[in-house]
Parts: sequence; structure tokens; C-alpha cells
Amino acid sequence: MIRASLTALLSHWGRHPLQLVTLLAGLAMATGLWSGVQAINAEARAAYARAAGVLGQDRLDRLVPTDGSLTVSQFAKLRRQGWAVSPVLEGRVAGLRVLGVEPLSLPRGAAVPGMPGLASGALGEFLAGRLVLVAPETLTRSGVAEALAGMEIEAAPDLPPMTVLADIAAAERLLDMAGKVTALLVDPDRALPGAVPDGLELRAASAEDGLARLTDSFHMSLTAFGFLAFAVGIFIVHAAIGLAFEQRRPMFRTLRALGVPARTLGALVLAEMLAFALIAGLAGVALGYGVAAALLPDVAATLGGLYGAAVPGVLELRSGWVMAGLGMAVAGTLIAAGQGLWQVWRLPPLASAGARAWAMAAGQTRQMQALAGLGLLGLAGLALVFGQGLWAAFAVLAGLLLGAALVLPGLLALLLTAAAHRAKGVLAEWFWADARQQLPGLSLALMALLLALAANIGVGTMVASFRTTFTGWLDQRLASELYVTAESPDQAALLRAWLEPKVTAVLPIVWVDTALGGQPGEIYGVADHATYRDRWPLLQAVPGVWDMVAAGEGALINEQLSRRAGLGLGSMLALPGGELPVAGVYSDYGNPSPQAMIGQAEFATRFPDAAVVRFALRLPVAEVEGVAAGLRAEFGLDDRALVDQAGIKAFSLRVFERTFAVTGALNTLTLAVAGLAMLASLVTLSSLRLPQLAPVWAMGLTQRRLAGLDVARSVVLALLTAVAALPLGLALAWVLLAVVNVEAFGWRLPMQVFPGDWVVLFAAAGVAGGLAALVPALRLLRRRPADLLRVFANER
Amino acid sequence: MNVRAIFLWLGLAGAASAQGFADLGASVEGFALPERGRVLEFPADHGAHPDFRIEWWYLTANLTGADGAEYGAQWTLFRSAIAAGGGAGWQSPQLWMGHAAVTTETTHRMAERLARGGIGQAGVEVGGEAPFRAWIDEWEMRSTAGPGEDALDRLAVSARGDGFGYALELTAEGPLVLQGDAGYSVKSAGGQASYYYSQPFYRVTGTLDLPDGPVEVTGQAWLDREWSSQPLAADQTGWDWFSLSFDSGEKLMGFVLRGGEGDFTSGTWIAADGVPTPLEPGELEAEPLERFAVSGREVPVVWRLRLPGRGLDVTLEALNPGAWMATSVPYWEGPVRVTGSQKGRGYLEMTGY
Repeated sequence: MIRASLTALLSHWGRHPLQLVTLLAGLAMATGLWSGVQAINAEARAAYARAAGVLGQDRLDRLVPTDGSLTVSQFAKLRRQGWAVSPVLEGRVAGLRVLGVEPLSLPRGAAVPGMPGLASGALGEFLAGRLVLVAPETLTRSGVAEALAGMEIEAAPDLPPMTVLADIAAAERLLDMAGKVTALLVDPDRALPGAVPDGLELRAASAEDGLARLTDSFHMSLTAFGFLAFAVGIFIVHAAIGLAFEQRRPMFRTLRALGVPARTLGALVLAEMLAFALIAGLAGVALGYGVAAALLPDVAATLGGLYGAAVPGVLELRSGWVMAGLGMAVAGTLIAAGQGLWQVWRLPPLASAGARAWAMAAGQTRQMQALAGLGLLGLAGLALVFGQGLWAAFAVLAGLLLGAALVLPGLLALLLTAAAHRAKGVLAEWFWADARQQLPGLSLALMALLLALAANIGVGTMVASFRTTFTGWLDQRLASELYVTAESPDQAALLRAWLEPKVTAVLPIVWVDTALGGQPGEIYGVADHATYRDRWPLLQAVPGVWDMVAAGEGALINEQLSRRAGLGLGSMLALPGGELPVAGVYSDYGNPSPQAMIGQAEFATRFPDAAVVRFALRLPVAEVEGVAAGLRAEFGLDDRALVDQAGIKAFSLRVFERTFAVTGALNTLTLAVAGLAMLASLVTLSSLRLPQLAPVWAMGLTQRRLAGLDVARSVVLALLTAVAALPLGLALAWVLLAVVNVEAFGWRLPMQVFPGDWVVLFAAAGVAGGLAALVPALRLLRRRPADLLRVFANER
Repeated sequence: MNVRAIFLWLGLAGAASAQGFADLGASVEGFALPERGRVLEFPADHGAHPDFRIEWWYLTANLTGADGAEYGAQWTLFRSAIAAGGGAGWQSPQLWMGHAAVTTETTHRMAERLARGGIGQAGVEVGGEAPFRAWIDEWEMRSTAGPGEDALDRLAVSARGDGFGYALELTAEGPLVLQGDAGYSVKSAGGQASYYYSQPFYRVTGTLDLPDGPVEVTGQAWLDREWSSQPLAADQTGWDWFSLSFDSGEKLMGFVLRGGEGDFTSGTWIAADGVPTPLEPGELEAEPLERFAVSGREVPVVWRLRLPGRGLDVTLEALNPGAWMATSVPYWEGPVRVTGSQKGRGYLEMTGY
């Protein structure tokens, strides 16, 4: 009996293969986008965990200097006072993170990947400072071999990418930081002998390092995107499943009448759905892997460029996101099929087999939906006003999108009713009335389209606003024509002497790394020069700001620091060597860290040890080539040490473009999914609405005309949805720019609108609507008149 | 970090290699070698000799509490060089290892410290803020000698570890003793040797910090100074070393180097006034009587020692047979009681088991 019932149930799909394909494809795409995003996030998080796990950062407390400077002799002194600490020297050279450790004092908990695997002889080489460890994949990157020239390199697969693990003796040579220490790891097995000495602070071990915190918002955005795509995909699945249930109603009734218990039938249908969910889920996970693998290099570049986070560009299959993807597929299927399953369960054996047009009794539902939607929009408003943090921002986004989607059918119904009232002529009236009639069946697909379009407009506006602001900012900020870095302070002095007579101005760039507002940041010493006075991108400033800075009476801070630490003009900024009032706030896009600038004279007083090795040069553009050539010839500077303005700009813009390559790709995919949803719904409807078309045909309208009207109706609905999506998209853009970006990156960007893009998008929506209607329209064209005639013979 | 692996390579650990105990038989390329006839000069030779591969300042003390309970204390600083010579900061090839222990009849507490040379975390200094100073982390052996005294005549020694600590005042009541041929101590039939001298005449007062509270102690101590670049022959696997103070005031330093072409024994008989008489190779007869299982090994903790020429026939018995030093370089080191033709106390060290 069970086998017979199952055969009967499954035979449906044999007769309606397109439906099966839609169902599986929708589910697979939804799962795919979701899993893809999750896979990317999982890969990045694993990379952060690896980075945090190196040196047991997640298990060991550390002592860090409060003013950025700690020396080897301080370390030795602490040891001799009984402090069980181990020095770490960390820095960057040629894009590599160099991590210097001292193996003899390293606490037991400080797992150093690769070290235990060393042969004893190699370990001696390591201690002697001749051997360094690098992840195999890092070795193949360009520049790495040159940066480590003269060193023996051993591959350590467990090291994070772009990280060099070295003995502290080797590290100080690589980094040119002799006698320096960046942090002290505290041995957890021995008690602290006393209070933490002045100039140091104890930082507790944390499983989540700063990187994870910094990048959290980025991953949340990706997750939100993935979820949006998933939601859109589930609309498709719902459409396909709903149709299948509706069409199989007579079959269900027959089976029940033949004696299959409702419970068994329900279980069979459930099993069928679960099987589909698993098949589509597996396909989805595979798809997700593809999406993630394709996007990961860009994401890795973004994370590297924006946050300095090293994430490998190669994807690993992790059980976490694979299982989560399958789970989402099953959950999505159950949600989409819930209504149908419920009906099968409760279907009385003798219920009428009359196939109601699917979900027709929708008027009341629509009102309820609209009310719920308005409620959600209200909640979004409340979250905007009262909420705080990134989660509130995402709550605003979710409320906005979902609310608007729920309101959409009601809104469209109103519009169509209004149009019908204004319509002249029977055909026009029928056109609008029929459009309204189709609305319930199409509303889910239209909602999906709305979401996809709004996301496109929103994200597009954000990216374009960002790009415009960013390029303008780059022009302001990169005022100097040439930037040159010397190998040593001695060379820097020679460079300067050589340059002085040849260029308009030599502006030294000096900085120290230190904690600002409780986070690692930088303090720069800024020269008093027109280059800065005229062009530095100040967002706010007190009158006479540059005079104050030059006199050492005020500091400039970047927007990130201003927002995170709540510092405004006139606030006192805590700095090593005493606090200074904030005289101005400047925009500093693309930098995750807090930053402050003080006058160069003041800087020299506070940080006498900071070496001057970098200069910005002002000179006529025509002479840039000549001076650069001279520098190369005279001092043997390579491309890393000598960069012109155009080079930096190109690099910055490249980082920027890669940052948003992912969002762009996800956007396009989401729109494609929405188009598919339209297609699925229209195909569904086309077979159901034959009874409505047949009378019109009988009254003399040709099939060709009817098909044309159908396409036109679909285009109109898509365009109306696009119109509705415009304000939603702009609202979305505003939330992204004014709330999410501020939380995620610490800067707020002015919103700019780009109507040209909308035209393109409107056209795309119209085309999508038309294309989606094309298949049903062609089918209508090919119908034999007999099919249409049979409508009148049918019992309904 | 696998510290043991470091010291394996450095030549301080593990008997597994074919290069003798702790790799001490390894080749000595680039390092200086001891020369017979070189006259040791003090206080300079109390300090470090960075051109030699290995060196130690080795203090053992037999102590007694007010209640008559016996204790042993150890304070040792090892120097081991990756390459000969100095170097600024981290670039120095010198490495340091400290061992400290307190032994009672029932417990043996010990600790280990490791440090790089060149940065001030550990080292040995002659002159400077004290006539002599050896330290690693907060552990210290500091001379409190006055003018006209040898720098090692008075020492303040302290160390601390998990569950123990001590602070001892040492006063030498006899002269420095040059071992072997005026400080040139032969270690194998093949001629491997080290520079070796001792100060075995310390009187000690001080305090042990134990979990049950501080214990005031008095007693005697013995400091060994030794440095070399290849003190063992490649086929020697370990040694048994004795430093005994008899109630008569006489002292005996003796050792058995195991492996190779038969065991190699040597030592020095030290008269009560400090005049040393080197023992002929083979003159000292040492026979393990009882073994004790510790840390997965069988270690002889009762010995019979004979010097037939001097009518010496004594039995050594460990105060605590479990005095195992589970350090990067594991070995047995603990106080012993001496009975037989002479009575007294001393220290026993056994490596390579």
C-alpha cells in the first residue's frame, strides 16, 4: 500500500518535470548562496582562530606597554624580579607579519605551530636565528622569498598565512627593531610576584582577538546577505511546493478514499519533501562551495586590505557549514511546505476535489499581511531610534525589508484597482482586473523581486557613494607627488640632504604605534606645511586648527577614534606624555585603527626615539620621473621604497573595488534568484488560469493577443514593484551608510544618489518580468483551441 | 615549547645519542679546549668562559634543622653555548639553565629556569655590583666577601620554585681546591678533560621555605666549578659522582664515568686543611649495592666506596632515594649519609640512567 501510494505521489513529478526542476533549483540556489556565505565566514574565522592560537594568545595573558615602548632590558629586569614572562617581538615587513619568540622562556601553553616538529638540529638553527618558519602557501607569494633572503626557511603548515615565525634574535634583525619587545606573555603556571609595573598593563587572554572583533561587522553583513538570498530562494520553493500540493489534491483524495490513513499519507509526503530537501541541499552545498571558492580570494583581499587580516585564499570543506547548509535546506523546505502538509494531514477523505485556484481567498490575508508589514516597519523605526550597535542596525534592515515585502501586495492591489477605475474600454478593464486577480499567486514572487531590487539599489547606492567619497578623499589626502622610504635613519638623513635642493618640499612622515582609546593605533607627527593646511580632509575643526597643531597645543584625530572613543572638538585626548585637546577630526577611510596627529615638534619632544625614515615629497609633476630615477640610481631604492601618488591611488582603489566585489556578486545572484521566482510563479499560474483566459478567447481575442497581454502584465507588475523598491532601496542605503558603516568601519559617508543606475535596474526588472512571462506566454500560444474549449466542458 | 629538544641539541640532555650523556662527547669545532698546565687565576676564573662550550657553578648543601631533621639543597647554574664567544643582546650564542632543589627524607622539590645570554636575564659577573655574582631570573648567588677575601669565600644564595624556596649564607672555612692536575681534570682514557676546582669548606646558615613553613637550618656546602668543551669521550654514557665530607674533616671527591672501554674512575682526596691529593685512575672502587625505581629507571641509591690505599671502606645511602631531577636534562641528585670506616655526609649525582 505504502509503495503504491508513494508511486502515485511521485508520478506527479514525472508529469511535471519543470515543477520539479524549479523546486530543486530554487532550494539548491537558496542553500547554495547561504552556504557559500557561511563557508567564507567559516574560513575567515578559522584563520582568525589560528592567528589567535599562535602563541596561545587565546590562553595566555600578556603584559603590553601603555606607551608603545618596551625594551629587552626591561624584560630582563622583570625576569630578575621574578616575573615569569616571555618576550614577543611582532612587526611587519614587506607585507609579512613577523613574530619573534624566545623559545627558552616561552610558557608551556604557548603552542607555536611547527616548533615541536623541528628536528633537533633545526631547532638549534632556529635559536641561532638562522631559521624561520612560514606556512607553505605563504612561500609561494611574491616578495616573501626576497624579504627572507639569507634565512633558512622551513614550512609549517599550521601557521597563519603571511606570518613568519622566528626566534626573537632573527625577528629583531628582520624588523630592524634591535632591543625592542612588543609584548610579554605571562606564564599561567606561576603567580605574579607583585603589582603590574608602571608603563605596562595586563591584557587578559581572549579567545577572540582584535581581528575577530574588527571583522565581525563585515561577516555579519555577509551573513545578512546570505540570509536575504536564502529568503528569496525559499519564495521559489514555496511557489513550487504550493502548486504541487494544489495539483495533487485529487490524488490525495483518491488515496484517502482507497484507505490510506491521513497519518500515512502525511508521513509519505513529508518523507518526499525531506528527500527533496536533502537532494537539493547537497546540490546547494556543492553550489555554495563553488560560490565561496570563487568569492574567497576577493574576500581575503578585502580582509587583508581593510583589516590586515590574513585569510587564505583557498577554501576548505568544513563540516560546520556543510551541515548547517543541509539543515537550512530541510528547514526551508519544511517552512515552504508547512501549509500543504497541514492540509494533507487534515484533509477529510470525501472533501471536494475541486481545485481552488491556488491561494485565491487572499483578500483578507492581504489585509493581515499589510498590517503585519506596517507593524514591522514601525518596529524598524523604533529600532532605528532606540537601538544601538550593529545588531540594532541589522534589525532595522530586517524590519524594513520584511515589512515592505509584506505591504507590497496590498500596495500593488491598490494601484491596480486605481488603474482599473481609470481604464477605458473593456479590454483595458479586463487587463487590470486580471492583473489584480493574479496578484495573490504572484505576490510571493513579487516580494522576492522587491527584496532583490531594493538590495540592489541600496547596496549599489552605498558602494557608489563610497566610491565617490573615497576617490575625492584620496585626491585630498594624497597631496604629495612622491613618497620615499629609507632603509635606515642614516640613509634617511642622506636622502633628505640629497632631496632638499631638488624638490619644493621634503615632508618627513614620523609615527609611533601606541594604544589610543584602548585600541592599538598610531600617532603621527605632522609637518607644518601648506600641503596639509590646504588639503587635509578635515570633517570638523576649531578655528586656527593648524596653528594649534603646529604649536603643539592640539591634536587631530581620525573619525574612527572620534566615534569609538566619543571624542569631539575640545575633548581631551590621552596621549603618551600628557593629554591634548582635540582640534580637528579628519576622515580616514580604509583604516580600521584609531589614529592621531600632533605637530612634528611636539612629536619629537614626546617620542625622541622615533626614527624618521619616510618622506612625502612635493615637486612639480613633470619632475617626478626625473627625481624618482635619481633616487633609484643614487640610493638603489626599489619600488617598495619609492611610490608615486598615482601608484598609491591605484592600489587604494584596487583594494576598494575588491572590497565590494563580493557584495556586487551576491547582489547579482540574488536578482537572478528573484527572476527565477517570478518564472516559477508565472509558470504555476499559467496552467491554473486557463479557465479565466478561455472566455476571453471565446469572445474573440486571439491567442497571440492574449499572450502579448500576459507578457505586458508581467512587465507592468515588475515595473510597479521596481517603483516600490526604489524608496525601500534608498532607505536601505541610508541605513547602510549612516548606521552599519559607522558601526562596522567607524566612518560615516555622505549619501549620493545615482539615478542613472536606477534606469538600468528598472530596465532589468522589466526585462526580468517579460522573460519570466515568456515561457507561459509561448505555452499559451501553442495551446490547441481544443484545450481552451475543454474548459467549458469541465465540471468547474 | 619542547625545551628538552633544545637541550638535546645543545648537548645538555638525553643519553639516547651516541655522543655520551647530554651530548657532552660531541665535537667541539670553534670552541676552546682545556690545556694542561694553564694556571687558574682568581677571581677571573670564577667568572664565565664563553669560549668553552659548557660550564657550571654547582652548589650542594647538607643541612640540618633545629629538630635534627636532615635536608639537602642544590643551586646550579649551567652555561651552554651554541657558538663560542659573546654577542650583543639576543644575538649572543650563550644559553643559561638554572636548577634548584630542596630534598627532605620524604620529598624532593625542584625547579628549572632557562635563559638567553646577552640580555642580562642570566649570567655570571666578577666585579661590578658584587665581587662575584651568578644569577638567572630572581635566583642569585652573590658574593658578600670583604676586601682581601676570595670572592667565593662568602656567598648569599637564594632560589625559589613551586612549593619551596631558600636563602642561605655561606662562609668558606678552607681554601679553594684544585681538582685533578692543578685544576686540569682528565675525564677519559682518551684524554678528554675539563677545568675543575671546588670550594668544599662552606659552613651554612639559612632558611628553607617549605609548604609547612620556614625552617631554620645549618650545615655544610660544596661548590664545584667546571668548564670544558668536550668533557666526555663519545662512548661514555654517564657518570656517578660523589662529594663526601667526613666527620674527620677530610673530604673525598670521586667519580665513575661509565661506558667506553671500561669505567673510568678518578677523584681527589682532600685533607682537612684543604691540601688535595689526586687519585690515580682506578684507585677508587665504587660498587652499586641497591637500586631504586624512579621515573621509570633503576637508579643505584646505595653504594660501597673503597680506597684500599687509605683504608677507606664506606657505604653511601641516599637520604631520599627519589631525589630525581625531572628537568630538561633529567638526572639524580641528592644528599647521602656515609657510614663505615668514616662517617659523614655528602652529595651523590648520577647521570645517564
